[in-house]
Amino acid sequence: MYKILETRKLAGNIYEMVVEAPRVAKHCLPGQFIIVKLDETSERVPLTICDYNREKGTITIVFQPIGASTHKYEFLKAGDSFMDFVGPLGQPSDLCTDPLEEVKKKKILFVAGGVGTAPVYPQAKWLHEHGIDCDVIIGAKTKNLVILEEEMKKVAANVYVTTDDGSYGRSGMVTKVIDDLIDVEGKEYDHCVAIGPMIMMKFCCLTTKKHNLHTVVSMNPIMVDGTGMCGACRLVVGDEVKFACVDGPEFDGHLVDFDAAMKRATMYKTDEGRALLKEQEGETHHGGCGQCGGDK
Amino acid sequence: MADVLKKVPVAEQDPQVRATNFEEVCLGYNKEEAMEEASRCLHCKNAKCVQGCPVNINIPDFIAEVKEGRFEEAYKVISQSSALPAICGRVCPQETQCEGKCIRGIKGEAVSIGKLERFVADWARENGIKPEAPAEKNGHKIAVIGSGPSGLTCAGDLAKMGYDVTIFEALHKAGGVLVYGIPEFRLPKDKVVAKEVENVKALGVKIETNVVVGKSVTIDDLLTEEGFEAVFIGSGAGLPMFMGIPGEQAKGVFSANEYLTRNNLMKAFREDYDTPIAHGKKVAVVGGGNVAMDAARTALRLGAEVHIVYRRSEAELPARKEEVHHAKEEGIIFDLLTNPKEILVDENGFVKGMTCVKMELGEPDASGRRRPVEIPGSEFDLELDTVIMSLGTSPNPLISSTTYGLDTNKRKCIIADEETGATSKEGVYAGGDAVTGAATVILAMGAGKKAAKGIDEYIKSRN
Repeated sequence: MYKILETRKLAGNIYEMVVEAPRVAKHCLPGQFIIVKLDETSERVPLTICDYNREKGTITIVFQPIGASTHKYEFLKAGDSFMDFVGPLGQPSDLCTDPLEEVKKKKILFVAGGVGTAPVYPQAKWLHEHGIDCDVIIGAKTKNLVILEEEMKKVAANVYVTTDDGSYGRSGMVTKVIDDLIDVEGKEYDHCVAIGPMIMMKFCCLTTKKHNLHTVVSMNPIMVDGTGMCGACRLVVGDEVKFACVDGPEFDGHLVDFDAAMKRATMYKTDEGRALLKEQEGETHHGGCGQCGGDK
Repeated sequence: MADVLKKVPVAEQDPQVRATNFEEVCLGYNKEEAMEEASRCLHCKNAKCVQGCPVNINIPDFIAEVKEGRFEEAYKVISQSSALPAICGRVCPQETQCEGKCIRGIKGEAVSIGKLERFVADWARENGIKPEAPAEKNGHKIAVIGSGPSGLTCAGDLAKMGYDVTIFEALHKAGGVLVYGIPEFRLPKDKVVAKEVENVKALGVKIETNVVVGKSVTIDDLLTEEGFEAVFIGSGAGLPMFMGIPGEQAKGVFSANEYLTRNNLMKAFREDYDTPIAHGKKVAVVGGGNVAMDAARTALRLGAEVHIVYRRSEAELPARKEEVHHAKEEGIIFDLLTNPKEILVDENGFVKGMTCVKMELGEPDASGRRRPVEIPGSEFDLELDTVIMSLGTSPNPLISSTTYGLDTNKRKCIIADEETGATSKEGVYAGGDAVTGAATVILAMGAGKKAAKGIDEYIKSRN
């Protein structure tokens, strides 16, 4: 069992948890992920590592309830436990494994969208701890969905917050901020890391391609085992089929086939939604899910 | 009196009924049937069946005990050689091993050794008989990576010799392919696999789940920081292969590994589990091995019409005969000498069909089997909503890429000595699919057994 030490609501329906997992905490690096399974009947859910403490043996995860299993996490509190918690999985970010001298020369821009701010944070923090500056754009739909802004300010040179509805910070999409920073404010970057919803990463890549700015994205496809065994997470990168769990999750964003990836991501959308509907309605569920046949 | 040339028939679930459930297909012998079948054994002095068994169970001796109704004694004979008899009795390809060598098989049918082994193991379990932990521990710590057939066997054997063994398992449940790969209807998970794992634990073996060696900890960490004196790698087969044809990224295309893992490990077939699985209406499984049969029969039980698409003919099907026979009985359609060319995709990205081409057999290839050749102009479309690729696997680089000094061959399999399991790295042994590529449960067990002996000799040579 893996004990939950702290929980907190970051914003809206975005939650943060600190979990005791010494083996993971000992070896993980920014960019890697874990798989968590709450109890016997739950799914294996891949989540990125948001922070870690090697001395205390803890991992911080951030999640937004989506499937039947993550909806159960909302109700967990400090003292509860996950049945299974495995990792670190995937490859660490190149920024943390390339020779430090090389990385120090880079002018780095992070683009974080929504919950994607969580996996950006440990990378910015790692760079900060190694004396490397970076800029971070945090994008969210609206003011109360902006997460980890204060934490990010402590580790990044500049943090630019933008909201789609203009309720906080700058106004508009992250792509507009990228354009403004480079074209209007005269910023120069030669390495970009964009993490967020797939549609955001796709448009970020279209924007950075225009600026000839090398861009890494972190893919979050459907996964089952997370160790390379099932192939559910396969993606087309360049002309090759890659498994996000062992080859990734980070890839050259200008080579990823986002359209194919986004289509694959909807595979279980309907089934999961239905499962949730049925669970939430319990005994009172009388059809409407399109699957139980009981449209009474 | 029954015909002595024929096996005592074994009860099976009716094909029509079992096609709709996940209960075990074969019901096994009862006491009387087992004793009658045992009486068919000629008790050969120079028993060929023992040579045919990768773990060399003393088959004539255990069968002699069954014949007399001394089932506990029979279990003890098997336990000397095998840690997982309830599993082997169910999934070994006996027709090419022990039973394939049986003298009875020359004139009639071989003795049903597999069914007798299963009977003995089931009887022992039902009567609460467990292997005993050794009285004395020798104090040497050994790490075993992977809790599949090779790992469990190696761990069990080492524990019997007095070693302090810890198994590290990447998934959340112990058993490896026995849990994620082979379906419930062939190998019941709670009744059989979990109990066999319990038996290995009863020998004193510790199992730590959720540890991905190469990620959560490295082999070098185990040897230097965690005090293990030797390591056995039984990490299994690895990454599923795809064909590289158009449409393979479509929704509704799965590897057999994914499909089976969702169903078996994650229990997606049960309403009370969260993990979803596609309930296809018309499914094609590409491939002809045991894994393909398992995937096909699983899809059938989830309510689909299922086609096996295989590029050679029936004679070349790599699956066990019993599995092919069961699949046919249940209504699986075999599209033989047929090869996929393209998966057809609808506007929403879902599979809608598959273009296939007819094949004929040409000259024998490197494997000795006749090479399938396309018949020009014979393309046709199958209407489908799900395609399951069961084409084998390539080795997982997680361990080899993170272990300094561990050599692999050109197929990326770990190189290990056939007799001792020793690898190029001192103190590190390997066996099973990680070494051979995808093979059978019993071959993996045989490798685990040899490696246990190799490790014991290594430890003794150092002390």
